[in-house]
Amino acid sequence: MNQLSQTLERFGGVYLLPVFVGLIAFVLIGAPSSWVTLTVAGLSMGMMIFLMASGLSLIFGLMDVLNFGHSAFISFGAFVSASALAYMSGWLGADNIALNLIALFLAFGAALAFGLVAGWFFEVVIIKPVYHDHLRQILITMGALIVSEQIILAVWGGAPVTVPRPAFLEGSWLFGDVTVEIYRAFAFALGLAVYIALYFVLKRTRIGLLIRAGVENREMVEALGFKINRLFVGVFMVGSALAALGGAMWAGYETLITPALGGEMMIVVFIVVIIGGLGSVEGTLLGAIMVGLIANYIGFLAPKLALASNMLLMMAILLWRPSGLKPAVK
Amino acid sequence: MTHSSPRGALFIKSVVLLIGALLLFAPFLFQETRSLEVAARICIFVVLVASYDLLIGYTGIVSFAHTMFFGFGAYGAAIALKQMGPGWDAVLVGVLAGLAVSIVVAIAIGLLSLRVKAIFFAMITLAAASVVLVLASQLSDLTGGEDGITYKAPQVFKTANKLMVDDAGKVARVFGVKLNGKLAAYYFVFTSCLVLFILCLRMVASPLGTVLKAIRENEARAEAIGYRVVAYRTFVFCIAAVAASLAGSIYAIWLKYTGPDTALSFTIMIDILLMVVIGGMGTMYGAVIGAVLLVLAQYYLRDLMGAASDALHGIPLLPELFEPDRWLLWLGIIFILLVYFFPKGIAGTIWDKGARS
Repeated sequence: MNQLSQTLERFGGVYLLPVFVGLIAFVLIGAPSSWVTLTVAGLSMGMMIFLMASGLSLIFGLMDVLNFGHSAFISFGAFVSASALAYMSGWLGADNIALNLIALFLAFGAALAFGLVAGWFFEVVIIKPVYHDHLRQILITMGALIVSEQIILAVWGGAPVTVPRPAFLEGSWLFGDVTVEIYRAFAFALGLAVYIALYFVLKRTRIGLLIRAGVENREMVEALGFKINRLFVGVFMVGSALAALGGAMWAGYETLITPALGGEMMIVVFIVVIIGGLGSVEGTLLGAIMVGLIANYIGFLAPKLALASNMLLMMAILLWRPSGLKPAVK
Repeated sequence: MTHSSPRGALFIKSVVLLIGALLLFAPFLFQETRSLEVAARICIFVVLVASYDLLIGYTGIVSFAHTMFFGFGAYGAAIALKQMGPGWDAVLVGVLAGLAVSIVVAIAIGLLSLRVKAIFFAMITLAAASVVLVLASQLSDLTGGEDGITYKAPQVFKTANKLMVDDAGKVARVFGVKLNGKLAAYYFVFTSCLVLFILCLRMVASPLGTVLKAIRENEARAEAIGYRVVAYRTFVFCIAAVAASLAGSIYAIWLKYTGPDTALSFTIMIDILLMVVIGGMGTMYGAVIGAVLLVLAQYYLRDLMGAASDALHGIPLLPELFEPDRWLLWLGIIFILLVYFFPKGIAGTIWDKGARS
C-alpha cells in the first residue's frame, strides 16, 4: 500500500485525480464520442473557472485577505465585454477573421483594463484599512459586493443581456462523430495560455520569486527590505483583471447574462479555491478542472444530482484532505 | 461593560424598551394592515438578528447559512400545514421537523468545518446555503419551487375568527381595533419572539456567554484554560440555528406563504448582516435597533427615494442610482462606512460613550 502511494506520488500524485475521474467516467458513459464532447466541455469550463479563481487564491495566499467581493469583478468583466462586443457588432459579424479578432481582443482588453483599475481602487480604498482583521474584511468585502451588484443593476438594468460572439468562434468542429464547439476549444487554449504565463512569472522571474516567498513567509520578505504591500497591490490588480477576463469568457460561453451571474459564479469559485487549497495556482487549476469535469459528467450521467455535485465533491475532498488538494506551504 | 458608567447603556436600554412598548401596542397605535406587517417583520428579524449576533458578535464566527436555518423552520411549518391541513398538530410536526433538520445540519457543518479558520467556515456556509436554495427551488413537488407554498394558518389566526363578540354578535372592538384572528396572530408572533429574544439575552449573560467572549477574544488562550473551543462553537452554532429555525416557523405561520424570496434568499442574509452591523455586533440590544431601522428603511425608504429619483429627473445616471429599487446600494455604502468608522455599530458606540464620560 505504501509502495503504491509512493509510485502514485512519483507519477504526479493528486494531479492524476482528473485522469482517474475521466477514466471512471469513460467506463460509466460507454460511448466514446459523448465522452470526448463532455471532457472537452469540462476542461474548457474548468479553464474559465480557473481564470476567475486564480486571483482569489493568490490574493489570499500572499496577504491573507479573502475577497468576498471577488465575484463583482467577474460580473463587471462579463458586462463590460458584453457592452464592448455589442458596440463592435459590425466587426464581429464581418466575414474577416482579422476584424473578428481585433474586436474580440478589444473587448477582452476593455474587461482587463477595467479589472486592473477596479482592482486598484478596491485594494486601496476598501481593503487596505482592514488588513489583518478577518471579520471586518469579510464584512467590508461583502458590503462592496452589495454595492457593486447594485451599480451593475443601475447601469445595465435587470434584464438579461445577449452577448454576441465573433463569427469565427461560432459553430463546431467535427472529427468523425465527435463534435467540439470552437468556443470551448478557444476558452481552453486561452486558459492554458494564462496558466503558462502565470507559471512562468511565478517560477522564472524575480517578482514571482518575491511573491512565492511572500506567500511562504511574509515577515521575512519584509525584513529583507522588500515593500510587500506594493507587490500586493500589483497581485490584487492582476487577480482582479484575470477575474474580469474569466467573466468576459464566461459571458461569451453563456451568450445570455444576468446580473445574478456574479453570485452564481462566486459559489463555484469558492468551492474551487477550497478544493485546490488556498494560495496555490496549481491547486486552483486542479480544483477548477475537477469541478468542470465532474459538473459535466454528472450532468450527463445523473442530471438530478448535478445541482449538488460541486458541494458533494467539496465535502469528499475536505474529508480526505482538510486543507485542500495542493495547499501552498503555510 | 455593565459596571461602567451607565449613561450610554441606560440610553440604549430605554430605547429598546420604548421599541418593545411600541411593538406591544402596535395594533392599537398604527391601525393599518401595512404597519402591522412591518411590526411583525420587526419582531421576527429581532430574533433572527439576535441569534446571529450570538455567532458573529459573541463568538466571532461568520456564517452565511443563517437564512438556511430560517428557511428550514419556515419550510417545515409550511409543508406540514399544507400537507396536514391547518391545525396545531401540523404546526407542531412542522416546527419539530424544521428544528430536527436544522440541528442535524448545524452539527454536521460545525464539526466538519468549525475547526478551520473563520474564513474557511464563511465560505463553506455560503456554499451550503446556496445548495439548499437551489434544492428548494428544484424540489418543486415538496416546496412549490420558485412560486412557494400558500396554505392556511390554524383556525385561531384567521382574520374572520372572532375572539370576542359584542351584543350584536359582531366582532368586539377595543379602541377601535377589531379583536379578530389577525390580532391573535400578531400577539402570537410578538410573544414568541419576545421569549426567544429574552432567552438569547439570558444566554449571553450566563457563564456560557463569558466563555464565548473568551473564545472570540483569544481562541488559543481559551483552549489553554481548558475550554473545548470546537465543542463550544458547535454548540452555539446549533443554538443560533434553533433560534433561526423557530423564527422561520413563526414567520411562516404569520405570512401563510413560504417561498424562496421570503425564507431562503440571499437578500435576507444580507439584511441580517446589515442589521447586525448597523445595530452593533456583540451587544444584543443592537439587534433590536438594527432590525427596526432596516425594516423601516425597507418599507419607507423606497417612497423617499422614489421622490428623490423624480426630483433628479433629466440628469444622467443619478435618477437610476436613486431609484427605489436601488435602496440597497445606499445601505451598502452606509454599511461599509460603518464597518470602517464605527465597527461597534449604533448600540456599541453609544454604549461606550456613557462609559467614557
